[in-house]
Amino acid sequence: MLDFLSMVFTIDFFYSIFRITAPILFATLGAVVVEKAGISNIGLEGIMMSSALFGSLTAYWSGAWYVGVLVALAVGIVLGFVMGFFAFNLKTDIILTGIAMNMVGSGGMLFLVRVITNLTEGRAMASTTSLITANLQIPAVHIPLLEDIPILGPILSGHSVLTYLAFILVFLTWVMLYKTSLGLNIRSVGENPNAASSVGISVIRIKYIAIAFSGAMAGLGGAFMSMYYAMGWSQDMVAGRGFIALAAQAMGAGEPLGSMLAAMVFGFAQAFGIKVSAIGVDSNLVSPIPYVVTILGLVVFALVARRRAKHQHSAAALEKLASKA
Amino acid sequence: MAEARAAAENSVEEYVVQMKGITKVYPNGIAANQDVDLFVKKGEIHALMGENGAGKSTLMKMLFGLEQPTSGEIIINGEKVNLTSPTVAISKGIGMVHQHFMLVPSLTVAENMVLGIVPKKSGIFIDYKKAVEITKEYSQRFNLHVEPDAKVMDIPVGMKQKVEILKALVRGAKILILDEPTAVLTTQETTELFKELIHLKEQGYTIIFISHKLNEIMEITDRLTILRGGKSMGVHNTRDVTKEEISRLMVGRDVVLSVQKDVAKPTDTVLKVRDMEYVNEWGKKMLDKVSFSVRKGEILGIAGVEGNGQKELVDMLFNLNTPNAGTATVNGENILGLPQRKIREKGVSLVPEDRMVFGIAGDGTIEENLISDRCGSKDLNRGPLFNMNAIHDSCKKLIEDYLILCKSGKQKVKMLSGGNIQKVVVAREFSNDPVLIIADQPTRGIDVGATEFIRKKLVELSRSGIAVLLISADLSEVMELSDSLIVMYGGKIAAYFEDTRELNDEIMGEYMLGLKRQPEEQVRRVCHE
Repeated sequence: MLDFLSMVFTIDFFYSIFRITAPILFATLGAVVVEKAGISNIGLEGIMMSSALFGSLTAYWSGAWYVGVLVALAVGIVLGFVMGFFAFNLKTDIILTGIAMNMVGSGGMLFLVRVITNLTEGRAMASTTSLITANLQIPAVHIPLLEDIPILGPILSGHSVLTYLAFILVFLTWVMLYKTSLGLNIRSVGENPNAASSVGISVIRIKYIAIAFSGAMAGLGGAFMSMYYAMGWSQDMVAGRGFIALAAQAMGAGEPLGSMLAAMVFGFAQAFGIKVSAIGVDSNLVSPIPYVVTILGLVVFALVARRRAKHQHSAAALEKLASKA
Repeated sequence: MAEARAAAENSVEEYVVQMKGITKVYPNGIAANQDVDLFVKKGEIHALMGENGAGKSTLMKMLFGLEQPTSGEIIINGEKVNLTSPTVAISKGIGMVHQHFMLVPSLTVAENMVLGIVPKKSGIFIDYKKAVEITKEYSQRFNLHVEPDAKVMDIPVGMKQKVEILKALVRGAKILILDEPTAVLTTQETTELFKELIHLKEQGYTIIFISHKLNEIMEITDRLTILRGGKSMGVHNTRDVTKEEISRLMVGRDVVLSVQKDVAKPTDTVLKVRDMEYVNEWGKKMLDKVSFSVRKGEILGIAGVEGNGQKELVDMLFNLNTPNAGTATVNGENILGLPQRKIREKGVSLVPEDRMVFGIAGDGTIEENLISDRCGSKDLNRGPLFNMNAIHDSCKKLIEDYLILCKSGKQKVKMLSGGNIQKVVVAREFSNDPVLIIADQPTRGIDVGATEFIRKKLVELSRSGIAVLLISADLSEVMELSDSLIVMYGGKIAAYFEDTRELNDEIMGEYMLGLKRQPEEQVRRVCHE
């Protein structure tokens, strides 16, 4: 048993948790902000897929990884706006809009990758893995001093630029939500749109900003997937991370820090699965682990939320009694 | 009104708000306001009075820019304005405190105060300290005590209202519209609010106070405008009119519809309600020891201004809510807390107040709606499947009997007119062999033909030995139809009249508005014990 543990919990393993968490974390931050505005964007998965494709293609054409990242970001924002246009202006159901976005992300992108590569490369390719070479990978950053600390150094240092960005964005998102007027407006629109519009806040404008933000985050997550995590775009490569992000948002009670921790729980579960199958455990046994963890996490979240609600309820009842007496 | 208009033009500066000849006709043809004038002087507390549906809210919505008048003009501080949105109204110095608070529960009081006009530091960050300072400053200046750092969801209703008033003041309001501000307040909170309003008045603020509570109006207003049926009944100095005069102007009937009916010969008690009590979620007592009985063969009416416990009473009887105390039986068997199907099995029918929500399923067909309470019955089924022919035949008969105007029974109910929708509800509720019919506002908002038809049916059914409980805010309806009548005020039965034939509007008005209350023994007679 001890053998098994020492084989699994290596420095490598802990390093990989951050690598695996990063794309989930990007999407989670998108989910946190858009949920605060009262919108459930289940299309994050589709946006990640789309951004991953265009990011990898443009990186290949330009020969620069950062061009790919910026294009992925832009594609995410545009797709966010597109969803907003359908949901807010044309009044389609936001969930159905999200499902449509996910279909665009899977089937639509496969179609596009074939069409585009047929035009540019002369043959229809089903993925861009052959195009993304090591020099197009998002570069890693070695942090001086930190990397020299034993154990902690190799775990925390040497990650990609985007990995660090993801964790920095947790803090920035928190600042945006709680310390700026934009955040205040987003929260008020999500909670009581009538109150917001009664003081002259444009509800639709705030909703557009929130959904575009979620698109931007999913875009960065997509870029990470196709230009760092995997080299190149292939079908279904995002593999449910957009949905896991929604679960992380719920488990973290919609708060940036809590949701980050929840995303890391999922990162841990996936890293565990990969590691265990690498040391020879049947992959059929291992591959459900992240999903089982998701379900368990949501159950725990629901229980906690219910207890909290009950507690508040009884507190309110007590207060009522007290005020009567 | 002509005099009022002339007087207004003579001394224009005196008025901060002049609404002249305001008419509002909604797209569906309902005229909510007809040639209404409202002139409010600077620094006064002006009451806008009237029963539900008299057009008070519509008039105020136009003043706050939420709706635009069909014709007429609005002049604020001598300047003719076009109030196209609340933002415009706010910029003209008008603030409104809605009945349903426009607050964000998870934000603090200070954050709610500055929402939309957030003070910033370095361009993007919220200057929360400043927000708290602003809140404190206004709170002190206007003597409205609030806790800046408390979350809105944790503060009592009275404080929420103060936050709303302060919110309007922070945005520069000089004219405050308060829409039934005391409806959600306890007695102490009301007293406190009045002190604060008078304080505001002393500082030169103008307050328009919407209410139908006479005592409050007499206590704090300077002048009052009364609306009835969308028309103005004139403007008066509060000290020059008596409560009785106001009640006569507010309540009163325009048309007297006469329904032919024999004298009731009531027999056994069917519905027996005893000592029913209910305290709502804000701690307000909505039902206070309500006891009455309804007997076979009679129509017992419940009159009263809306919001005096009628809605809660019906909710209790049909298990849409749970009372804190009391009993209710039908033919000796308890009905409280039973599933609706069990209540119906005991022979109770309900014509609900909100027909679109509780009466019908709009996307269902007429036939589906007609059988929705009996779709499990043997007559309509053959084995596990519906007997479509039987359903079709029985619905066809109902459609004919109840004169439902439609292309066929397969038409969606929501495509029908209001009157015909109500006929669908009534056809179902009246045809399931009831022993008790609870008719809650059965003719509200429907055309004259359907109204008359439903009223006749109610009388006919009661004379055939069914007990009918009729709740109606329409005074003429409740007085014409009922054999005997109770008046509800403040969650209590304020009066019981054994014979409605001796009643007139004036007496009714006094009880409905809480000026009078019968002694306990007299009210208790409605229990028939």
